[in-house]
Amino acid sequence: MTALQEITTREAESASGPSRDWLHFAVRNKKLVIGTLIILLFLCIGVFGPLLARSGSAYDFVGPRMEPPSSEFWFGTTLFGQDIFAQFVYGVRNAFMVGLFGGGVAAIVGMVVGFLAGYRGGWVDEVLSMITNVVLVLPSLAVLIVVNAYLGIRSIPAQALFIGLTMWPWAARAIRAQTFSLRSRDFVDLARLSGSGTGRIIAREIAPNMSSYLVMMFILMFGGAILTAASLDFIGLGPTEGVSLGLMLQHASVNSALPLGLWWWFVPPGAAITALVGAMYVANVGLDEVFNPKLREM
Amino acid sequence: MTLKVDDLRVYYRTLRGEVKALDGVSFTLADGEIMGLAGESGCGKSTLGKSLIRLDQRMKHVGGSVELDGQVLPIADDRRMNAHRFFEVSLIPQYSMSALNPTRKIGRMIEELLRSRGAPFDRKELERRLHLVGLSTDVLDRYPIELSGGMKQRTVMVISTLLDPSLLIADEVTSALDVSSQRAVAQTLLEFRDRHLVKSMIVVTHDLSLVYQIADTIMVMYAGKLAEKAPAKTIVNAPRHPYTQALINSLPEVGVRYSERRLQGIPGSPPSLLNPPKGCRFRDRCPLAFDKCETEPPFTEIAQGHSVACWKAI
Amino acid sequence: MRRYFGRKLLLYGLTFFVAVTINWMIPRFMPGDPVSTMLARRTVNDPAAYEQMRVYYSDLFGLDKPIWEQYLNFWGSLLQGDFGISVWAFPTPVGSVILSALPYTLALVIPAVLLSWVVGNWFGAFAARRKLLDSAVLPVGYLLTAMPYMWLAALLAWVLGVVTGWFPFAGGYSFSRTPELTWPFIQDLIMHWVLPFLSLFLVALGGWAIGMRNMIIYELDSDYSNYLGALGAPNRLIRRYAFRNAMLPQITGLALQLGVIVAGAVVTEIVFAYPGLGLTILRAIQNLDFFLLQGVFLFIVVGVLIANFVIDVVYLLVDPRTRIGVA
Repeated sequence: MTALQEITTREAESASGPSRDWLHFAVRNKKLVIGTLIILLFLCIGVFGPLLARSGSAYDFVGPRMEPPSSEFWFGTTLFGQDIFAQFVYGVRNAFMVGLFGGGVAAIVGMVVGFLAGYRGGWVDEVLSMITNVVLVLPSLAVLIVVNAYLGIRSIPAQALFIGLTMWPWAARAIRAQTFSLRSRDFVDLARLSGSGTGRIIAREIAPNMSSYLVMMFILMFGGAILTAASLDFIGLGPTEGVSLGLMLQHASVNSALPLGLWWWFVPPGAAITALVGAMYVANVGLDEVFNPKLREM
Repeated sequence: MTLKVDDLRVYYRTLRGEVKALDGVSFTLADGEIMGLAGESGCGKSTLGKSLIRLDQRMKHVGGSVELDGQVLPIADDRRMNAHRFFEVSLIPQYSMSALNPTRKIGRMIEELLRSRGAPFDRKELERRLHLVGLSTDVLDRYPIELSGGMKQRTVMVISTLLDPSLLIADEVTSALDVSSQRAVAQTLLEFRDRHLVKSMIVVTHDLSLVYQIADTIMVMYAGKLAEKAPAKTIVNAPRHPYTQALINSLPEVGVRYSERRLQGIPGSPPSLLNPPKGCRFRDRCPLAFDKCETEPPFTEIAQGHSVACWKAI
Repeated sequence: MRRYFGRKLLLYGLTFFVAVTINWMIPRFMPGDPVSTMLARRTVNDPAAYEQMRVYYSDLFGLDKPIWEQYLNFWGSLLQGDFGISVWAFPTPVGSVILSALPYTLALVIPAVLLSWVVGNWFGAFAARRKLLDSAVLPVGYLLTAMPYMWLAALLAWVLGVVTGWFPFAGGYSFSRTPELTWPFIQDLIMHWVLPFLSLFLVALGGWAIGMRNMIIYELDSDYSNYLGALGAPNRLIRRYAFRNAMLPQITGLALQLGVIVAGAVVTEIVFAYPGLGLTILRAIQNLDFFLLQGVFLFIVVGVLIANFVIDVVYLLVDPRTRIGVA
């Protein structure tokens, strides 16, 4: 109950609303700005890159073999004469797909479980928490390997779906804890007294109060899904139909790209994953500082 | 005279500018005086309490001075201020429930704290003081989580007063406790003073009825300024400032606390401290306001030990 | 304390049960008849071996029996330590294939995990202390955690292996040597261990450093730190307390990260053709050796559960709150 809190909340209500406050910090937070810019850069590559690439499949043999980057083949060609730039831009596009879809599935399942467990408490919480912990303890890549090896994964959305289904416990745990602390607040009591149902209270009262938290959660899982997909691709359990950064790494590695000196085949996909996921982590820290006044440097 | 505060100004740095949480505050505290410090949330009372011991990072000392036992306290200089903390000025924080390191046994933590301050660790004296507040010496071999809320509160009280400070700041110490524990804490504070473990005390509270039981004087703040300071009896029975009057009237009866953020009896809310209005800051809510209130009323002594900042009272 | 362990053991038991059930169920979801699919997909030249495998698989899957009996049989053979026979290393039992790979993985993962944890925490604690160091540790840490393990591994193999030739970058030991307990062989073993260890260590390091830094900053803003500050305690003491308390979530974090570490080890071993469980997985996938794959899966799960339990015990020793039984 420090004086400042009281004053600033009062200020926010009367003057301009809290949204401007957040934006003010957001545009001044270096981590958030840099992270976001890098993410946007890759988003542009993923969206517009394929327009610049040669038409046809990224696996077509279009050029000379083992050609270093040139004005014709911006990222060079593979051992077999495939255009690496084409593979790269489609790979980036698909990285966003995996992140969006895998992270999305994880976020949705995690939210349902987390909200229910945290809000209902009691045996619902006991059961859901146990399930969450079981899935959390199971090493997800090992599960994915077994599942993918048996069932065979053909498309990128299918891969993303399975990744999402192993990742949700991270979100569920965190959301449960947050919900737990929110559910006894006055405004939630008020909603309950006025006869709102569970779903309505969660959607109207609880979720909006942790929206920043949900956004950060999603970003982390977005990055996690991309990394997991890359590992699966690399082991040889990637989607059989499609291009991805992980598959590029696998092909480059299987064909000894580095020992042959074809660094342009191996370096770009890994660098793209590192930059994209790293930017997400950094942007996430920035967001945390923006939303959490305690972390702000004044 | 233990404490002399002169025109103290402490602002908070925020995005929108400086919040003038403490805007020219002058008062004195006599030897042995227990002063209750009351007012609504955001009136600056907590800021005043913090300013006397440790400014937090967002707080900026803008002007004014603080003297303790005839010595100037370097409140803006965190490093130099360290010499005075604990030895001369001490604090019982409002977060007593979580003020102890959760992973150290209490006895060891106290020993490490004292050693780090270059103070002798006198186990006998420590045990004596624990008994004084009704704690057994077992406490020293326990972790904080093993103690009840009341026990933690008392432990913190003992730690804070271990070096017999001249000035003790008790910041909302009772807000987390039940009614009977509140009484006990209040009585303990009184006993500390009577046994000369602490020379004088500022009890920051929003609970007038509780502080009335132990305080010699009560000081009321409003919107970063002093409204009134007088002996406790006078404040309760014959307040002169309209704000104090409203505050007292809003207490249904002694013993019931008011904890609402805004006073029910007074319409309106305190002004923004970003750009406080000129003149009396209570003007907009005051039933007695008149032309003269557009200039700021000085904090004037109207009787022995009774000062008010209101044109109607002078 | 009993409650603490009771809950944990229940969780681990349940997890093991789920893992075994997944292992049993997945092949039955495979489109078509798993036995013929498996056999059709691979080329076994020796007709005797083919026949033996067909009989073996049909018997093991026992698809003609009622489903619950299949399930019970599965558990039965599992509890007898029978994981089936490897197709890739026919006719070696899956159990022996795994046991011969296990030491390599353990020798890689355990030092990498422990050292990255210790060094990462140490860096993080330093970073939280000094602004200059912080602005270096933070970006490097994020860069490292965001790196795909196999990418860093391959870059290290290239730079420190191919280009400079300092370290061997393939296999667990040189082709020319046979495993024996002699000093030159151990030396050879260690040389082959360095690069895979280093890549696992580096990626994990970043995560721990960042975690520790953030936790310390949080602890330094906690009530007990503020109280000590108000009583004029020197920063030395406050930081010592904060460090100790920030360690606790890092220990929990270690348990939570085990799955990620396993994943890292798998792909790292593949890059370096290091003869541990990761490489075994790759061989199993390439040869459609499903029994081997499932066996490795169960071994990994059990390993992770054991590691979790060890971490629980350690946590109990360092956090008085769990000992007392409140938290």
